[in-house]
Parts: sequence; C-alpha cells; structure tokens
Amino acid sequence: MPSDKFRADKTKRTRTLVLGGAMLVVGLALMVFGWSTPTLVLAAKAVLVLGGVALVFQGISRLVVAIRGKRIDLLFTLAMIWLVGLCIVALLAPLLPLGEHNDVAKTLLEPTNMSPKLLTDHPLGTNNQGLDMLSRSIHGARTSLMISLLAVSIGTVVGGSIGVIAGYFRKGTDSVIGIFTNAVLAVPPLILLIALSTFLDPSLRNMAFALSLLTIPSMVRLARANTIAFAQREFVMAARLMGANRFRVMARELVPNVILPVFSMAVVMISALIVAEASLSFLGLGIQQPDPTWGNMVAEGEGGAMEDYPHIVLVPGAFLFLTVFAFNLLGEKAQQRWDTRSAKL
Amino acid sequence: MRRITLRIGELLAVLLVVSFGVFAMVTLMPGDPAVAILGEGHPKHEYAELRDQMGLNDPLLTRYWDWLSGAVRGDLGTSLVPPQGDVTERILGALPVSVELAVLGLLIALVLAIPLALWSAAHAGGTIDRMISATMFATLSIPSFLAGLLLIMIFANGLGWFPRAQWVRLSESIPGNVHHALLPAIVIAMMELALFTRILRNDLIVTLSEDYILAARAKGMPPWRIMIGDALRPSSFSLVTLMGISLGRLIGSTVIVEYLFALPGMGSMIVTSANQGDFPLVQGAVLVIALVYVVVNAGIDLSYGYLDPRTRRVHA
Amino acid sequence: MNQDNDLVLEVRDVRTTFLTPRGPVRAVDGVSMSLRAGETLGIVGESGSGKSVLGRTVMGLVSNSPTTTVTGECLIDGRDVHTLKPNQRRQLWGPEVAMVFQDPMTSLNPVKRVGRHITEALRLHLGVGKKEAHDRAVELLRQVSIPEPVRRMTQYPHELSGGMRQRVVIAMALACDPKLLIADEPTTALDVTVQKQILDLLASLATERNMATILISHDLGAVEGRTDRVAVMYAGRTVETSRTSRVFNNPVHPYADALLASIPRIADDPHTVLRAIDGSPPNMLNPPDGCRFAPRCRFAVDRCREESPELRDLADGTDDTHLGACHFPLLPARQEVG
Repeated sequence: MPSDKFRADKTKRTRTLVLGGAMLVVGLALMVFGWSTPTLVLAAKAVLVLGGVALVFQGISRLVVAIRGKRIDLLFTLAMIWLVGLCIVALLAPLLPLGEHNDVAKTLLEPTNMSPKLLTDHPLGTNNQGLDMLSRSIHGARTSLMISLLAVSIGTVVGGSIGVIAGYFRKGTDSVIGIFTNAVLAVPPLILLIALSTFLDPSLRNMAFALSLLTIPSMVRLARANTIAFAQREFVMAARLMGANRFRVMARELVPNVILPVFSMAVVMISALIVAEASLSFLGLGIQQPDPTWGNMVAEGEGGAMEDYPHIVLVPGAFLFLTVFAFNLLGEKAQQRWDTRSAKL
Repeated sequence: MRRITLRIGELLAVLLVVSFGVFAMVTLMPGDPAVAILGEGHPKHEYAELRDQMGLNDPLLTRYWDWLSGAVRGDLGTSLVPPQGDVTERILGALPVSVELAVLGLLIALVLAIPLALWSAAHAGGTIDRMISATMFATLSIPSFLAGLLLIMIFANGLGWFPRAQWVRLSESIPGNVHHALLPAIVIAMMELALFTRILRNDLIVTLSEDYILAARAKGMPPWRIMIGDALRPSSFSLVTLMGISLGRLIGSTVIVEYLFALPGMGSMIVTSANQGDFPLVQGAVLVIALVYVVVNAGIDLSYGYLDPRTRRVHA
Repeated sequence: MNQDNDLVLEVRDVRTTFLTPRGPVRAVDGVSMSLRAGETLGIVGESGSGKSVLGRTVMGLVSNSPTTTVTGECLIDGRDVHTLKPNQRRQLWGPEVAMVFQDPMTSLNPVKRVGRHITEALRLHLGVGKKEAHDRAVELLRQVSIPEPVRRMTQYPHELSGGMRQRVVIAMALACDPKLLIADEPTTALDVTVQKQILDLLASLATERNMATILISHDLGAVEGRTDRVAVMYAGRTVETSRTSRVFNNPVHPYADALLASIPRIADDPHTVLRAIDGSPPNMLNPPDGCRFAPRCRFAVDRCREESPELRDLADGTDDTHLGACHFPLLPARQEVG
C-alpha cells in the first residue's frame, strides 16, 4: 500500500512538473510575442500578454506544488515581494543609478516620449521632457508611500486614542466626539481633500496631514466599538475593582485588545490613501510637477499624449495598480487574521 | 418617535459643525479675495473698501452667522471668478449632471452585481466563481481616474464609440443624454460593481448555509427561486450598509469622472474653483454635497426596516 | 410482493461520505431500513452518530457533489432519489417526502411572512391559485392547532413563539400531503413544556393521514410510546433495531443498553443512580477498527476490536425480528449482572 501510494504520488508529481513547466514556457512565449509583435493592435497585444501572465502564474504555482509538495499562496507571495522590493527601492532611490526624475535642465539631450525599451538607459521610456519614467515612478513611489504611511500612522495614533477615550468614558465625551467624527464623515473624502487643498500648500507634510484627517473618524469608530465591547468584559471589571485608575485600565487592559483590529484597519487604509493621494495629484491639487507622483504622472498623459504614447499613462498606472493591489491583499489577510468582525465590510 | 427626534437633532448638529468647518477654512486660505476679484494693480484703498463691503473685516462668528443665515434661505453668495454669478444658481445648474451620473453609475453597478453575485454564490468555489472574484478584487485596485483614462483611450479615442468633453442635457434629448452619460457612468460603476459583487456574494454564501434555505430546498423549490426569493433579501443588509459607506467614494469618483470627461457637474466645478481660489463656490458646493450625503445616509438607515422585518417596531 | 407495494421508503446499504480538508468522513456507513405507510420509525443516537445526515440522505437533500459521495439505494415510492435528475427529485420533495427541521428559530426565513412559507409550496406543486392556496394554508395552520390562523398568515416568524413556529414548520411540511415525513430532532430546540405537545401533534397527524414518519431524536423518551419501531445508531451504523417495546425492554446491544440506562424513568426507585456512558463517540475521520463501540464498551474483548460485527437477527424464535450488531449480544441474565 505505501509504495503504491508513493508511486502514484510520484507520477502525479512528474506530471504536474511537466505541465507546470510547459505552461510557464508557453506563457512566457505568449507574453514576449504579444509584447514585441508590432503589427498587432493594442487589444490583441493586451489579450496575449494577459493570457501569457495567467499561464505563467499557473505554471509557477504548479511547479511550486510539484517541487515543494504543498501549495503556497503564490499571489500573496508575489505581492509581498513587490511591496518589499518597492519599499527598498523607494528608500534607496537617491542612491540608485537612476535617470533624471525632475530636473528638466539636465535632460535637454535625452530623447523625449521614448517608448519603453528594456536594456537601454530608459527601460520604461521617457516623458515629453526626456525625464526617465523608471526613475520618476520610483521617486513617485517614495512620495506616495511616505505620505500614506505617515498619514496612516498619525491617523491610527490619534484616531485610536480618541476612540478608546470615547468608548471608555461614554456619556458626554462620547457624544461630542461622535458629532465631530460624524461631521468629518459627512463630507465625502475626496471633497474634503479638495476643500483642504484650497488653503494648504501641497507639500508632503501637508498632504500627510490632510490624508490623516480622512483616517481619523473611521479609526475612532473602530477603536470605540472595540473598547465598548471589551470594557464590559470581566477582566476589565476585575482591574477596576482592584483599584486601577482609569488611565491604567485604558492603557493596560483596553489598548492591547483594541490595537489588533485598529492595526488591521490601518493596513486596509493604506491602499485607500495611496489612491486618494494619487487622485488628488491627478486633479492637480496634490504634489506639483516637476516632482513626480504616480497621480501627476498619469495626468501628463491627458490631452493627447496618451493616444500617441500610451506608456506615459500605463507605466505609472501599472505601478499604482500593483501597489494598491498588493496592499489590498495584505489588508484582507490582516483583517482575516486580526479582525474577523469587520472583515466583511 | 423620540429616537427619530434624537436622530434629527444629531443630524442638525453634524451639519452645523460641517458648515462651520467649511466656512472656517476660508479664513485659512492664502491670498486676498479682494485681489482675486479686482485683479492686480489697483490702488490699495480699493481693495480695503471691497474687503469692508464684503464684510471680511467683521469677526469670524459674525461672518459665519451671515453666511449661514443666507445659506438657510438658499443664498450662498456670489462667485469671485468669471463667469461670476450666483453660487446657488451655479450649483443648481451643476447638481443634476452629477446626480444623474452617480445614480446611473450606481444602477449599472447594482444591475450587474446582483446577478453576478447570485451566480457566483450558487457556484461557489467553481472556476467561474473564482474568476469573477479575482476580477472583482483586481478592479478594486484600479483608481477611478486610471480606469477612466483607460476606457477613454479604448472606447472614446480608439474605437470612437462614445463622445468626450460634451454633454447633452436630459431635457434636450434622452438618447443623446444617455450616449454622453454612459461611459462616465460605467467608470463610476466599476469600483462599486466590484465591491457590491464581493460583499453580496460573501453574504449570500453565509445565507445559503442557513437552515431556512435547506427548508426551502426540502419543499422542492427550484434553485433560482431559492436564490432570488429566499436568499437575496436576507443577504442584502451588508450591501445596503455598504451603499451608505460607499456613497462617499461614489461622489469622489463622480468628481474625478466629471473632471476627466470635462462634464459640467459639481465635480468639475469644485475642482476648478478650488484651483482658482473661488471660495464662495467651494464653500457652497461642499455644503450641498455634505447635505446630500447626510440625508441619503439617513434614508439608508430607514430602509433597514423594509429589508428586515425584525427591526420594525411592532404596534400590535 | 403485495406487501411490498405499500413500502413508502426502502433504504439499502446507504453510505454518505463527506470530503473535508482533513480527510473523508463517512457520516453514514451502510444503513438499511424500510417503512410502510402509516408506520413510525424512531432513529436514536448521540449527536454525531450520523442520524441527521441519514435523514437528509434518505430524502436526497444530501446528494452526490464534488465534496459528497452517496452510495446505496434510497427508494421513495419505488424511485431512487439519488439517480433522479435534480428537477425530478424536487418533484418528490413536498408531495412524497417532507422534513421538519430541528430549530424553528432558523428554519423559517426571517424576511418572509408565515403565509408565504406554506402557500409557495402549495402553488408550486399543486398549481393552485392564490386564493385557494391561502385558504388551504389557513386550514393547515388550523390543523396544527395554531390559534387565529388567518392573522398568523401575515405575521413574520419573529412575532411567533418557538412552539408556534415549529407548528408552522410542520404545517409547511404537510402542505402537499407527503407520504413520508422526516422529523429531524423536532423538539430539541423547544421548551420542555412544548416538546410533548409537538410530539403528540406529529403522532396524531401521522395517524390521521396514514403517513409514514421517521422521528430522529437523541431523546429516547421522545421515541418511546410514539414509534412502532426504533433503530439505534452509533458512529454512522445501525447497532440495533426492532419493535420499540422490544428495544426498550430487552436491548441486545451494550450501547443501546447503556443509552437506556442513562435516562431517568418514572418507574425507577428514587435515588437510582443514572449511568453515564464513559468516553466519547469516535472521531469519524479515523473510526476504530472492529466494533466502533468497543473502546467504550464494558464487555469488549479482543475480537470486538478486530472484527466488525454484522447486523443479525437475535430474536429468539418470536415473530418479530430484533437485529443487533454485536458479537456478544446482551442476554437477560447478563443484563442483570451488568
């Protein structure tokens, strides 16, 4: 029996291995063919490339199953690789041998609107002023990540504390805080940002401040709801009966329990903030040119440029999409693990 | 009855805080409104006179009171930037465009999301369900300005099926209006569609494991009747909650889409006036949007009563 | 042959296996039984013994799917529910076989009025009009002794008490006049005071309509006196089955014996010690070899742990059959020793 089972497993493994390899090769071929055949229309190219990506993906996951003998969440792994890679590159951007990202004076001799060509000085092409798209995308990532992470941190700390206070003291404190959070929530996020942008200088610091204002009300609500739920539990009652003062109860008993759902919410919010920042920059109300962000890079494609040079939109668009996608995946995982209650919404 | 009174009181308090916040922002705005109106190069006393005339030298609370009492009567002041004009009138002209786009987008999203979610939930775990789920998850990660640009690239510029930067009012021609509104509405619908499908599918799957679904099957009801007649309504609570939450995003994507397609709605108006520092228009528009938002959310709260009889008050 | 014609249900060697992430679980493992019109069969066992899954398998509510395998035959009115096409199977549900579920709090749709729960089945299967369906539903509610049936029709389930809801569930099951009713723990979720009323109602309705009934319960008291025959299930298998009074008076399987000893009886002397059964039911992912009750059985010997006992007739010369699956069935003498 065991040997039989083993043999069955082995042939199955070989088959998966072969199938996975074949899918990988065909997928890669499709991608390269789709990408490099000039005669094809854009739609056909897109279909070929997408099909190729899907095949490669299936191929790799089969190979992993065959080699390691168990499934991994390939999509999640890839997403995390992307995020970690992006963070590292963004951090080190000034040190990397990248092309020029914002000084037009230095790019007078560079080709303008060059299409992406791997293995050249401009692997992702250049924009209409000869600035390097790869460099701009990475510097854009720097801005984008910095703003959204800063905003989320501010929002989590401030919103979380206010929420715990509201949930613990209830009564008047709670009502007043409630009216203020509801007031902020009563203005749709993007509208609030636009309104703020009328008097705030679009600097990195101000953008982070404005975006953090968006996260505070939801954080307050979440922290408040969790605090109320935990404040009624026996261990909190026990701590109070033992004579712990209010702040000790909040800091020692409540915060550790509230922190996980709040943290998972923070992860979910990052992607929303990245999108918000990009939208604002796209509307011309965020970080201003020539400093690159993904939003204002996409905006460069407006008004005719994208018809002739689709890469002007597609390159920053792809960076934006992949990053938001990866953060969404991460956020979903975080909520599944740490906050099953609000994972549904 | 007391609950409703309390609720209305809370709504009013929230609106008051919002209006004050919106108003107070103006005092933080850089630049001199008088300069914005008259332009550069006038003698200093002219600016001072105008400021005085506009009441800009009064204390903040007095000015707020003047503005608020005007707003309650429907007078939101005058726009500073050409084409100048009554803010209320400008808003009333722009609002129908935005509302139409948002409603059309929402309808498209719902009309597609419900059957997709029903199908997905009924075949949960199957290939097509997994494909739908993956597509929806990916769609959630496409910001609406990007989706809009890509759709414009393909359908408006590439294939030439839809116009861009034009608008035909509903009152002028219905087919013309739909033709102009459809592509923007599809962009608005995309994100909502993805969210609605995901949430409804997940809730349907939970509902389908309920005993009353088994009981309905045991009565011999056909599967599609069970999905629509028994499972859909109890599964739609989260969807309705979500619609309230996502209304903010819906308004956001409407703003972006109007800007993108250069449509004469609230969104383009607010973005333009924010760029030009036309504060009465920004103030008025934000206030109106907040009002609409708060009222619609209150309406959604009330709709739970219809969906879930358990939350209705029993007057027996 | 003539007798076979009034067989409402015939189940032959049915097995139900669920594929779970941790491995296959054989919830029902080779059960056979048959039922005539008007006859009542009680199925008893601990929770997890497979009795509820058996009920659903018999009805065809559990059928072959990617994660579920059903083998064996379940003939309802001569037709095997598992080989029928889904739409043919649905035609059986209602007019031929119906089910009363355990928890009336969850088996009624919270957003549907009481009336529609009953009328929709009537309209679907019997094709009657709106008005007639309404009248029939009112009549059904009256038959299950619901006061003010006309008013109840427009109420929502949450406005009714647990006992009333279970009556609605029964009315819903009876709507299309089924030949076989499967009641799956119909009183478990109810107050003790209401339990007896519901059981008596089910019994009298079965008699009036000459309906075959399967009463699934973990409560032996619910089965005694209300069923003609009883089958005791343990770990997916029938361990003992016979006329109810025989099983209650002379259990042959040590499990049935232990189960009976664990319930208090009015006839017992005061201060009689109730015996609990040591241990817990086996893990169905990996059931024990041999007799599945062996690990918990006071009388188990090596043979019990190695060789699985067949279900065989242990009746000593009387007309009734008394099937038991035990290598060493209990005899009256040993029972006294035990």
